[in-house]
Amino acid sequence: MSKNLEFVKFDKVDKSYDGKVLVVKDLNLDIAEGEFITMLGPSGSGKTTCLMMLAGFETPTNGEIYLDKNPISNIPPHKRGIGMVFQNYALFPHMTVYENLAFPLRVRKFSKDDIDKKVNKALSMVSLSGFENRMPGQLSGGQQQRVAVARALVFDPQVVLMDEPLGALDKNLRESMQYEIKHIHESIGVTVVYVTHDQGEALTMSNRIAVFNDGKVQQLSSPDELYEKPVNSFVAEFIGENNRFSGEVTEISKDKCKVKLTSGTEIMANPITVKAKGEKTIVSLRPERAIIDPQKDMDNNHKGKIEEVIYHGDHTRVRLNLLGNKEFILKVPNSSSRMDIKVGNQINIGWNSQDSRALDPK
Amino acid sequence: MSSETQKILTTDGIPLEVSLKKAEKKNKIKAFLLVAPLLFFIVITYIFPIGEMFTRSIDDRMVTNMLPKTFKAMETWDGKELPSEEVFAAFLSDFRLLAEKKEHGKLGQRLNKEKNGFNTILKKLWRKMKNFEEGNAKEQIMEIHKRFRDVKYWQAIKRTAPPYSMAKYLKGMDMYYDEDGKIVQVEEDRRIHRILWLRTLEVAFFVTIFCFLMGYPIAHLLATLPMKYSNLLMICVLLPFWTSLLVRTASWMILLQQQGIVNDFFVWIGLVGDDNRPEMMYNKTGTYVAMTQILLPFMVLPLYSVMKTISPSLMRAGKSLGGTPFVAFWKVYFPLTIPGIGAGCLLVFILAIGYYITPALVGGASGTLISNQIAYHMKATLDWSFASAMGLMLLSGVLVVYWIYNKLVGIDNIKLG
Repeated sequence: MSKNLEFVKFDKVDKSYDGKVLVVKDLNLDIAEGEFITMLGPSGSGKTTCLMMLAGFETPTNGEIYLDKNPISNIPPHKRGIGMVFQNYALFPHMTVYENLAFPLRVRKFSKDDIDKKVNKALSMVSLSGFENRMPGQLSGGQQQRVAVARALVFDPQVVLMDEPLGALDKNLRESMQYEIKHIHESIGVTVVYVTHDQGEALTMSNRIAVFNDGKVQQLSSPDELYEKPVNSFVAEFIGENNRFSGEVTEISKDKCKVKLTSGTEIMANPITVKAKGEKTIVSLRPERAIIDPQKDMDNNHKGKIEEVIYHGDHTRVRLNLLGNKEFILKVPNSSSRMDIKVGNQINIGWNSQDSRALDPK
Repeated sequence: MSSETQKILTTDGIPLEVSLKKAEKKNKIKAFLLVAPLLFFIVITYIFPIGEMFTRSIDDRMVTNMLPKTFKAMETWDGKELPSEEVFAAFLSDFRLLAEKKEHGKLGQRLNKEKNGFNTILKKLWRKMKNFEEGNAKEQIMEIHKRFRDVKYWQAIKRTAPPYSMAKYLKGMDMYYDEDGKIVQVEEDRRIHRILWLRTLEVAFFVTIFCFLMGYPIAHLLATLPMKYSNLLMICVLLPFWTSLLVRTASWMILLQQQGIVNDFFVWIGLVGDDNRPEMMYNKTGTYVAMTQILLPFMVLPLYSVMKTISPSLMRAGKSLGGTPFVAFWKVYFPLTIPGIGAGCLLVFILAIGYYITPALVGGASGTLISNQIAYHMKATLDWSFASAMGLMLLSGVLVVYWIYNKLVGIDNIKLG
């Protein structure tokens, strides 16, 4: 069975609420069948609007959305057959867990036996068997969350949308729910479109991530590629931590460039968006890619002064003043060998030019 | 472990309960002092008058006080044959005292209600008793009129002996005690109260229905519109609250009268002929229209406060799970608004059942309600005990509605805002 790579297709979709500002600008996005795709972005970036358009609660101002090759803009929400998990779960408070799960089956006129079977299966999937007769108000946040997931899946929809479903849970529960949702996705192979503003959540769960900002998809790629190879400075900054140097390109070749910083020092970088000499750029470097006292020859090697040491248990974060950047962060694994990391000391820092990516200056 | 049965002590050795009471005492006194003015006010203006109303409605001590000796003598009388000489003598002595105070006429009127023809024979007794000789009262009284020889008249007197009577309540239900002390209904063409009760219930019921049908969509709109529009709409809903009830009723009179604006409009669009203008006032129609408008906010506000708490994502969830908009509304939204519907309907029904000014002004003859009848007895006939009795019947009717509501929906589910 060949997978449909354009199972859900956003085709040149624009959305405006007031006729003045575009919340979503020229969105083109293909989602493959069975894929777990996350829309990640800061609040107001248009990701939830996209989800609502797919669910049918908002209509695109321009463009068309296709589900399995069929345009769906004129199909009302209840005929789209898309399951949805809402931010606040939206469980029906006057119905028991069983009735909540039976609701989509009853409106589809399933027989009593089928309903029982499907509800039991869905509840055991989220390990909530035996909770049929509880009211949603009697459940904890995590249990309500799981009921909401089960309800969105119980009628075997082709696509399930999840709108920041874990936002209201505490940290530990959120992490275990992430794995649970991921495992459910893997076991039943449904297409999931997930919206979140939590990058950790996006990185651990998704097949692909679409980073939204300002109504546009900034980058659409797998989690590792997104983290390792951000294509612009917004993505670099939004995903994970990064150290930034702004400067000007003074020399450029195919896979290397020289950037002159405002402090006058020159560093080597990997040209990603810069094309020519004289361009302004921001060089981005992940904290864990910089090494203290580099043994090997690294093409960047500089001295910095320790400004602050913050203890984090398994690692220590060191803030340095390096090449005029007073916010340069370094992550040092917790070990007894590094006794010279004290405020005021000078240390050597080195990194490969491949890891420092010269991006757009924003 | 015996610690469960042991008294828990604080670190100072005082029992925990005592210590807690001491610590809470000050707050309790403060709380009581804050409540005290209202409590005092309610006792003076509410509980006391209701108690007063109740005693007034069942008070029947008039004859009891007028004929004390007679009733004392009657205690031993079995009530089957004519009473003994003792009773006649006591009656004569009581009657003489009344005659001196010139109160014998009142007694005649009161006893006449109990048994027709009493007034005449008492008047005759009053005229003749000056010539009575000492002693032998029974023979001399029986000599005056043959009705004094009829045991039924003496039984009638005995019936008025208890200081309390339910007669006013029976009258409110168009019933009375007949000569044998049995409860019977009045003749069919004189049953006015029962018609009024039924009409009051009918009007209150339909006003509640109309308020619900009109208030539900408004409340829904209020709860879902964006703030800037919903505020304006809310002001429109509340506007009636800020206008005097009398002014509003009077404006309905201007609108609804036969030469009024609504009728003019009907004629203008050709719905009715100029010589055939419908009567929309001084009948039930006027009462319905005006009361619905006036009571509408009491329906809208509880509904609004409940609908405001229903997350819009619930309806969305209903639709995304495959329910048509109607199914999502009926299965998800509507059940969640039931506490508001209950509160609104209860409020409107209770207010409507005792409504006075509006039916009095626009109701006419066919649109008056029981409250108008109560007011009539308060002001025109001055039969306060009857007015009190009907007032209490109305109050107990409201309590019954409240009880039924509590059984059906549960009073804890009510939400007024």
